[in-house]
Amino acid sequence: MKSTRYTSPSGNPHSLPGSDDITRVVLPNGITVLVRANFNSPSVVLGGYLGCGSLFDPDEKLGLADFTSTALLRGTQTRDFQQIFDSLESAGASLSFSAGVHTAGFTGRSLSEDLPLLLDMLADALRRPIFPAEPVERLRAQFMSGLAQRAQDTAEMASITFDQIVYAGHPYARPDEGWPETIQAITRDDLAEFHRTHYGPRGMVLVMVGATDPKSALEGVTHALGDWTNPSQAEPPALPPLRPLAGVVTRKFKIAGKSQSDLVIGTAGPLRKDPEFMAASLGNSALGQFGLGGRIADVVREKSGLAYYAYSSLNAGIGPGSWDVSAGVNPANVQKARDLIFKEITRFVEKGVTADELADSQSNFIGRLPLSLESNAGVVNALLNIERYDLGLDYYRRYPDLVRAVTPEAILAATRKYLDPAHLAIAISGP
Amino acid sequence: MTKNLTEVTLTNGLKVLLKEIHTAPLISSWVWYRVGSKDEPSGRTGISHWCEHMQFKGTPKFPAASLDRDIARDGGMWNAFTFMDWTTYLETMPADKIGLGLRLEADRMVNSLFDEKEVASERTVVISEREGNENEPLFQLGEAIQNAAFRVHPYHHEVIGDLADLHSMTRDDLYAHYKTYYLPNNAVMGIAGDFKTAEMLGRIRELFEPIPAGPTPPRLGRPEPAPTGEHRLTVEGPGETTFIQVAYRAPAGDDPEFYPLTVLDSLLAGPSSLNIFGGGGLSNKTSRLYRALVDKELAVAVGGSAITTIDPFLYSTTITVHPSRKPEEALAAFDDEVKRIQDTVVPAEEIARAIKQARALFAYHSENITSQASWLGHAEMFASYDWFLTYLDKLAKVTPADLQKAAQKYLRAQNRVVGIYQPTGSGEAA
Repeated sequence: MKSTRYTSPSGNPHSLPGSDDITRVVLPNGITVLVRANFNSPSVVLGGYLGCGSLFDPDEKLGLADFTSTALLRGTQTRDFQQIFDSLESAGASLSFSAGVHTAGFTGRSLSEDLPLLLDMLADALRRPIFPAEPVERLRAQFMSGLAQRAQDTAEMASITFDQIVYAGHPYARPDEGWPETIQAITRDDLAEFHRTHYGPRGMVLVMVGATDPKSALEGVTHALGDWTNPSQAEPPALPPLRPLAGVVTRKFKIAGKSQSDLVIGTAGPLRKDPEFMAASLGNSALGQFGLGGRIADVVREKSGLAYYAYSSLNAGIGPGSWDVSAGVNPANVQKARDLIFKEITRFVEKGVTADELADSQSNFIGRLPLSLESNAGVVNALLNIERYDLGLDYYRRYPDLVRAVTPEAILAATRKYLDPAHLAIAISGP
Repeated sequence: MTKNLTEVTLTNGLKVLLKEIHTAPLISSWVWYRVGSKDEPSGRTGISHWCEHMQFKGTPKFPAASLDRDIARDGGMWNAFTFMDWTTYLETMPADKIGLGLRLEADRMVNSLFDEKEVASERTVVISEREGNENEPLFQLGEAIQNAAFRVHPYHHEVIGDLADLHSMTRDDLYAHYKTYYLPNNAVMGIAGDFKTAEMLGRIRELFEPIPAGPTPPRLGRPEPAPTGEHRLTVEGPGETTFIQVAYRAPAGDDPEFYPLTVLDSLLAGPSSLNIFGGGGLSNKTSRLYRALVDKELAVAVGGSAITTIDPFLYSTTITVHPSRKPEEALAAFDDEVKRIQDTVVPAEEIARAIKQARALFAYHSENITSQASWLGHAEMFASYDWFLTYLDKLAKVTPADLQKAAQKYLRAQNRVVGIYQPTGSGEAA
């Protein structure tokens, strides 16, 4: 790793987090807690997750996990909605919940003097929500308005359409926020039942980074959540296998009256834990990330002037996230952009990356670490990654070596394993 | 907060502010030019922003592709923003790599090529950026409100510019704009991070002092006459969601009355950060408007926006109307809240709460060197860095009487434009 002269205030000579400055404890009830001190600014960020995402949602009540997570802060046995937010906002603190496919996540921040308040509020929301009728109805109206706005958003609808093609018959085909009719079908009792059977300490992860000493932060968590139990907590269902695409599948979602169309082209990529992940990630950088957007931005934006944004993404997670290219173009240029992107994906699969391109991306991956880890929120994300994917506490110190070990051959092999120009999904949303 | 700050003006007029911060091995460098959409006459709208795009297209010494590559290789981040009053370029790099960012900025202050082919290709990129904006109902509404609020002052058009001008402007127009405004004596440089001031200043002198000063460009500033009455307008477009924006003529960023206005915003619509990255991440569920509109099921969201500008701009509130309500109902409740804050003196505790929220937002922002560096030059664009340093103290001095006076002076119906985005549905007829 890069050796530096910088000394973090916790006394650790490394600027990157590692086993000697991360405190990791598993409480007897199953909650994993990670803490890292940073006294540079008088604030604290916390983040975490529980294993209760939309995987548990029945089709006809899709959005239940997300609705439940957001409704946790609408009232508890001891505080009503206004009391909860009066405490938080008066302190200049924030706390929010949302759900993805696998997990419900939370994030919060406060001045360090208010960390006890934040932990108390987190515990209250997780353990004692009452889902009061009126605030729940108000929340439902907010979701309905959000879904109506989503239906008008070309980028969002292209992304949903893309998932429906790539993940047909798989839970990843379903948007976590549900649909208007499924949100309408969810009752207050559904929320309470979802909470009773899915929220519990087993598998929960809580990360805190900022101006707090790990010992007192841990005591705070133990006090707030250490005696939480839920014998009814269900195990998450396993992911079914993914059906491969039969060929190139194109689908359009029409939104009348728009000036720009959004385009997503790609397929399913590796899991975060797959051995090919790092090679695929460096390959993706050359394809559509490096600098202002790699080869894709060079061809679609710089050389052709077709789009303001054009880039590729590799969304590896617990399951097979997507590997795709996105662009926003004038409706008249959709075909032209599609052809250019296809050509780049084909060249990428046939020839891989050059040694120079790989060296560029390796240098970028290693060089950007200090920037991505400078803020408390950046370190919280890094520690959540470590825990979610079992990377080891010294991952960010080993990271430069892991990056340097990738060869052009490894990238070509990873690319060919996942990307095949004869089997791609094309989703277009626009007028 | 003032410690480690150095302020120097070079012989060619370039103002330099340096702030040592040794919390992470990073340096963030910003160059700010006193030019933005405020300086654009009709026929040239959008030229400042397009010119900013051209600054990424290379110089003889730094061809476009190599620049991007070199910065990314070093693990750096670079970007640029064009606003109504200014244009800014930033690089945040590992501390030992900042030299590249400094050399690049010195070079493109004078040597950008504005190659004809690149101008042609970027024309369609900028048009595409505008088309992306046009997809958003709130862009459509905001543009109409600015048009209605400013008849004389150049704040009347959006930074992105009008499509007609994006089609008609030429390479020579862009190059002339660049040569007129990109001068050391029309710029401010702000650098924060892990450096030694004397050493950094030496490098800056070496790179920037040889650049000759030019005639200081005049700012376009046709003062907008006082509003003569409320304007109401409707924008129609696709969708099912009704939005309302209420925009009051507001004081300039360096006006003493800007402080009570930000406290008013905090009380009415919730705390927000004034830094250029916006946000702050605090919710607003106990703000007066949230309680009156969202808790009462007239709206599903509400937010406020006060912006630091050179000339008086707009304080605006955006309301997302509840799907089963009419915009008039939400507007009536909004007006009741405005009347309440004008008629009834606000308790001192409510102001104290807004100050604590502002302090928390400052603490969060100081976690990040890029954000700290941004304030050095940003504050200079509409006031001075001292504005930033004394901001919290000035807020703390706002009294309930100041607040009431500001509410009565600025939040008058005669002083506003009310815009409604009227959705026409999702069907083909839209």
